[in-house]
Amino acid sequence: MTTSTHEPAVLAEDPFDPAIIANPYPFLARLRDAGPVSWLEATGSYAVAGYEEVYEVLTDFETYCSSGGLGPRDIRKDAGWRPPSILESDPPIHTVMRRALTGVINPGTVRALRGPFTPPAVELTTELAGRPGFDVIKDLAEKYPLRVFPDAVGIPDEGREHLLPYGNMVFNAFGPENYIFQQAFAHGDEHAAAVMKSCARESLDDAGFGARIWDKVGEGLITEQQATLLVRALLSAGVDTTVFGIGNTLSVLSRNPQAWARLRENPTLAKFAVDEALRLESPFQKFHRTVTVDTTLGGVRIPAGSKVLLFIGAANRDPRKWGDDADTFSFERSSSGHVAFGMGLHQCVGQPIARLEMEIVLQELLPRIATIEPAGEPVPIIHNVLRGFESVPVRITAA
Amino acid sequence: MTTTAPVMAPAIIDTTVHAVEHVAEGVVSLVLRRADGRDFPAWGPGAHIDVHLGEDLVRQYSLCSAPSDLSTLRIGVLRVPDSRGGSKHVHQELAVGSSLAVSAPRNNFPLADSRKYLFLAGGIGITPIIPMIEAAEAAGREWTLHYGGRSRSTMAFADALVARYGEERVRILAEDTEGRMDLQGILGMPRAHMQVYACGPGGMLSAVEDFCMGWPPGALHTERFVADALGAGANSEPFEVELARTGGTVTVDTNQTILEAVEQVGARVLSSCRAGLCGTCETRIVSGEPEHRDAVLTREDKESGEIMLVCVSRAAAGCSRLVLDL
Ligand code: HEM
Ligand code: FES
Repeated sequence: MTTSTHEPAVLAEDPFDPAIIANPYPFLARLRDAGPVSWLEATGSYAVAGYEEVYEVLTDFETYCSSGGLGPRDIRKDAGWRPPSILESDPPIHTVMRRALTGVINPGTVRALRGPFTPPAVELTTELAGRPGFDVIKDLAEKYPLRVFPDAVGIPDEGREHLLPYGNMVFNAFGPENYIFQQAFAHGDEHAAAVMKSCARESLDDAGFGARIWDKVGEGLITEQQATLLVRALLSAGVDTTVFGIGNTLSVLSRNPQAWARLRENPTLAKFAVDEALRLESPFQKFHRTVTVDTTLGGVRIPAGSKVLLFIGAANRDPRKWGDDADTFSFERSSSGHVAFGMGLHQCVGQPIARLEMEIVLQELLPRIATIEPAGEPVPIIHNVLRGFESVPVRITAA
Repeated sequence: MTTTAPVMAPAIIDTTVHAVEHVAEGVVSLVLRRADGRDFPAWGPGAHIDVHLGEDLVRQYSLCSAPSDLSTLRIGVLRVPDSRGGSKHVHQELAVGSSLAVSAPRNNFPLADSRKYLFLAGGIGITPIIPMIEAAEAAGREWTLHYGGRSRSTMAFADALVARYGEERVRILAEDTEGRMDLQGILGMPRAHMQVYACGPGGMLSAVEDFCMGWPPGALHTERFVADALGAGANSEPFEVELARTGGTVTVDTNQTILEAVEQVGARVLSSCRAGLCGTCETRIVSGEPEHRDAVLTREDKESGEIMLVCVSRAAAGCSRLVLDL
């Protein structure tokens, strides 16, 4: 810990500018070069870009709270657009919700999903392997999670078309109320109402995670409102993220033909490939915390009440943590320790599900596809906080 | 805190009982010296030794002396009524001057460096916590101990701990007068940068594990007591792991995890918490019998014998070779 403090570097660039969103890494490098913590004029918040500092904020949930919301507004002062979720809560409210959720979603319960999650992957990848090329996003990444995840939660078929637009709203709201936000919130009420309806006990299939969460009401751990919010949390956090995770992983691999060849030789490396791709192209790129007491981070004094904006994508490519080749995909490095799923108290509950989905897709593609390469420029999505693509065209040869 | 150099520990160290003391109702503490007069190998808080109490009777006991003094080791042994096993032998047959064969100290419950600690002990589970508190105190860390037991007279070292550290930080809870530990009160509000170390009977630990699902992943560390000693024996000898996919065999030393051993020979296993908490290092077992030490797998998974978490789990007693899908 440094004891001396200095004024933060001041940056004029707006991280929510569509041009920066489309190609974020040069900006993230400038941000890191300016210092681990700097001041963003455009947003009126502190940017945290160094791995060590991002890690510190994520693990010190007392100094950097979540109940102020993951967006730029302090929702403690100024109510947010929806009742706060687990993500936007602190202990002790967070504690019971988290206990309920981890009791339901954990490596043990997720392992049972490998069975039901495999056939849709076999079906999709078999069909794709018969073509000369396809679009990773439209033909696979956007399809697969919707084929498996809503069933795992146990929501009705009716209304599933609202899941992707709803997730798009939820995550875009972690950024400012800009044009991107407004686009996402068009028809917002309709999407939100449909999703809330799916979270009610009577809508949920008895076998899914949703019903298991409601069981926790009977056990006296959480209230009915909390159960609804937890099912809502799964539906908001569990679809877009994995769509982006699958898309980003395959976009990275399509640009690394040697990696694909190595994976085909040794498919057990699939887990590493997924982890390294998540480090390199982290789907959840940035979100806020609110500072509860005057503090010092990265040598910069930060007053209570400030918003800090965490740049996950910068931390996961910080050369001080990952070395000079931090910007390249490598099987040789250990990517564990990356913060693509967060770290500490709010660390992603859905991580085992997300990993399972990504691993299954890869494991089913590998034996069927001998080579994969870009068939055009990927088109990035303009999204306030998620990193991903509208389209990633690839050319393949079947195995 | 843990030693990383693979020490080829002598399987057995001959010791002499130097002192026997009744420290509470039904609990004796034994102080051991080496028969050859030398120092014991270095150890850290949380370590235990195997005590050979006779043919086929090996029990594991946590060390509760100070790691800085290697001339002696101290263990605390609870007398369990009707036990056919170790505790009866210790209580009835051992006296000052008795010989006792023990293993070198090993640690399955090492203390990680942290800014703050919360220690929870149930009954004789206090033993490994004592050196942990000393280490935390010496490092100037903030800590609190909650120590529960049936009644005050059965709670070993309780008075000494209060006398040394004060009632503010040492909270003694005797069930017969004050009821059970209020785990909701103690664990209902997770703290940042605080590690929780809990040692006690299975029932208490299951409740602690449940509450700690609301804590940051990896914050909780546990060690379970079964009847009168630490959980059913794992193999206390080094054992072999054969890598079925990549070929090759590696010896897992007593002070090493399977994960560390296979990584040393270049095998790759995805890991995250490296503490049996997250499930990332799950590995398929081709043959051999594991001793599960994680907090992730369900009972059915454990009983199936098909998978194990190699960051903590080991070969079962009597199994000298595990074949893993690596
Ligand atoms: C690749 C896919 C995914 C990524 C990159 C991801 C990323 C994250 C991150 C970074 C956080 C922490 C946010 C913070 O610290 O404030 C988080 C939390 C969370 N995620 Fe995920 N996630 C993914 C998939 C999922 C899935 C599939 C689910 C649902 C099953 C899910 C449910 C949650 C929930 C409920 C939380 C809140 C946990 C809490 O506040 O305690 N996520 N996720
Ligand atoms: S690495 Fe977390 S359980 Fe083994």
